[in-house]
Amino acid sequence: MADKVLMKGNEAIGEAAIHAGCQCFFGYPITPQTEVAAYMSRRMPKVGRVFLQAESEVAAINMVYGAAGAGVRVMTSSSSPGISLKAEGISYIAGAELPCVIINIVRGGPGLGGIQPAQSDYFQATKGGGHGDYRLVVFAPASVQEMVDLVQDAFDVADKYRNPVMVMGDGMLGQMMEPVEFKERPKKELPEKTWAANGLKGREKHNIINSLFLKPEELEAHNNKLQEKYREIEKNEVRYELYNCDEEMDLVIVSYGTLSRICKNAIKMLKKEGINVGLIRPITLWPYPVEAFDKVIDKTKNGFISVEMSCGQMLEDVQLAVNGRKPVHFYGRSGGMVPTPAEIANKIKGIVGGAK
Amino acid sequence: MANQEIIFAGFGGQGILSMGKFLAYAGLEENLNVSWFPSYGPEMRGGTSNCSVILSDEPVGSPLVVDATTVVVMNRPSLDKFESHVVKGGLLIIDSDLVNREPERTDIEIIKIPAQKIAEEVGSKKIANMVLLGALVEKTKIVKMESLLKALKEHGKEQFYELNKRALERGAEFGR
Amino acid sequence: MTVVFDRPKALLDVPTHYCPGCTHGVIHRLVAEVIDELGILDKTIGVAPVGCSVLAYDYFACDMYEAAHGRAPAVATGIKRAVPDSVVFTYQGDGDLAAIGTAEIVHAAARGEKITTIFVNNAIYGMTGGQMAPTTLPGQVTETSPYGRDVKTAGYPIRVSEMISTLDGAVYVERVSVDSVPNIIKAKKAIKKAFEIQLQGLGFSLVEVLSICPTNWGLSPNESVKWLRDNMIPYYPLGVKKDATTGEVK
Repeated sequence: MADKVLMKGNEAIGEAAIHAGCQCFFGYPITPQTEVAAYMSRRMPKVGRVFLQAESEVAAINMVYGAAGAGVRVMTSSSSPGISLKAEGISYIAGAELPCVIINIVRGGPGLGGIQPAQSDYFQATKGGGHGDYRLVVFAPASVQEMVDLVQDAFDVADKYRNPVMVMGDGMLGQMMEPVEFKERPKKELPEKTWAANGLKGREKHNIINSLFLKPEELEAHNNKLQEKYREIEKNEVRYELYNCDEEMDLVIVSYGTLSRICKNAIKMLKKEGINVGLIRPITLWPYPVEAFDKVIDKTKNGFISVEMSCGQMLEDVQLAVNGRKPVHFYGRSGGMVPTPAEIANKIKGIVGGAK
Repeated sequence: MANQEIIFAGFGGQGILSMGKFLAYAGLEENLNVSWFPSYGPEMRGGTSNCSVILSDEPVGSPLVVDATTVVVMNRPSLDKFESHVVKGGLLIIDSDLVNREPERTDIEIIKIPAQKIAEEVGSKKIANMVLLGALVEKTKIVKMESLLKALKEHGKEQFYELNKRALERGAEFGR
Repeated sequence: MTVVFDRPKALLDVPTHYCPGCTHGVIHRLVAEVIDELGILDKTIGVAPVGCSVLAYDYFACDMYEAAHGRAPAVATGIKRAVPDSVVFTYQGDGDLAAIGTAEIVHAAARGEKITTIFVNNAIYGMTGGQMAPTTLPGQVTETSPYGRDVKTAGYPIRVSEMISTLDGAVYVERVSVDSVPNIIKAKKAIKKAFEIQLQGLGFSLVEVLSICPTNWGLSPNESVKWLRDNMIPYYPLGVKKDATTGEVK
């Protein structure tokens, strides 16, 4: 434990990025993720790297486009309304196949919404947000330590596939302090960035960073190539945790992020009352861990319940994964309301018919 | 099994967040699983402030404490808000210099400490939070006092260490 | 045989998509000649906008980016911060720079980003077919100001060079025109100076180039040149607006 330090989620994000070799950070203040930018403004100059506070989220993501296109590791960070502003740039980055890491410390919406923890950007993160046929890899850590590990992995995955990776946490994860450890990580074999537009420097042909394909057949070919890449990511990068799923279960909770920890508490409460509930915790929200459902589907009596801090967004992916084979239930709070273990346990008792 | 789920609450500027942090550091020192989660809002100064701190043998579930084993309050609104959050048989620690009503609960243990007065005797009203924290640690034994002192030494301001230490010791008397 | 005229190395040997009579080709060439003369092709990175010059990335021989509409100065900022020893320029039209991208250009200038912006002002949206631009003159007829730009409802044109020159981070700002040979020669001098400012690491530089759009103005190239002289130059006076290297501010 000696190497562990107590760190706020938002600051741990910054330190993890520095460990991962993030060369440039472009951000803009917004609650509840402002500490990421503040931390980077302190640390980046000390390690000879770039911190810049942009004039807007729009500018920040386009600075990311510029730096990523030049081949350096780059990150930006924001919270929900700011991610909406970045959506245009994210679409361009995905279209131009640039690697970068985008942090979203989610708050309640829609509109200006609130500043308390939420998960209501699930659709935005996993189904688009910006225009066009593109995908983000989306990591959803449940602890500050996992945040640290996944932020570092995010840079590798981004470079490996030339694709933007989003790390999404709720406001709790950004604001809370937990012990973290920065482990030595083996260096990954990653493709060289021969595509980077960082000056010819003797290269014969110029590199172009671009998402424009005016000829329909060329754009379609580009889209097909992106889709192939996405299939590859689906094959290789799915991550999830199964908790208490070994035996016959009355119900299986599906929940991600900090909320999954609250669900674990509910599971412990229910166990004392003789109700056995499992948990599927998606760690990648895209690609979605469909295979996890196949592993437990025969062991659950009453099917599944999607537990969210949103109004039934991940529910749709749960329904798709279950595909009518078992019932799918839902429990969600929104607006910054965080469900308690007792609340979740009560909802589950209502479904499985346990002691009230 | 060691497990404390604590809510610290008061006004901004009373050191609510930092008393939670020092306790979390002390927990880390003893290899406990810890989490510290502050309330966050648009008010930067003078508003209400609270944080959830968990120290446990087991992995921490929700970092947001709802059913608290211990609640520490440093003003009246915090008592109004969090008195009901103490679990049956739990502990409520009150700065009786700042809270001008009696608690209503009869199913919990209550420690009232004139923390402002004691802190002033020790040297500064600013360390009233440490008086209360001293009582908490002594009463719950969730960490050893020496771990807390180590946390103060490593993560607190050097010039306040001796003052803080004395404030903790004075507070501890109320936890015996 | 002596070669007296050749394609600059910084321009690729490809046909452009520009309309007959358009002056984008002239301005591209001036930028390319400057890159050649300064010997910086190897470290220059250009950023194309959205607008008529959207395909500029296919024409310049240096590394190129295509940016989202208006965002070229932010993209250029990202590039320059990531590769500080590069030479970065944006090439933007009036809709891109002075409407949707106003925030980005103002703040890049205010930060004194060590980049160079070539701002082509032809008082109209060209690529989308001749709509009113932020630089469209009062009374000027366009697709979206069919009765002439009414300043009571559509407001006034923005004099970008004057605006940018008020910012401390802007080191060199000049407005030029490509309506005549002498003016084209002056334009090249300005562009060269702007790149030199960047090479010296002094800060932000911008050259506004008054340009014609025969297609969307509905005029012949000759008539267009006359229209520019009679209407644009009086509203957008030519000359150095700011040169912090000499202390000149107009």
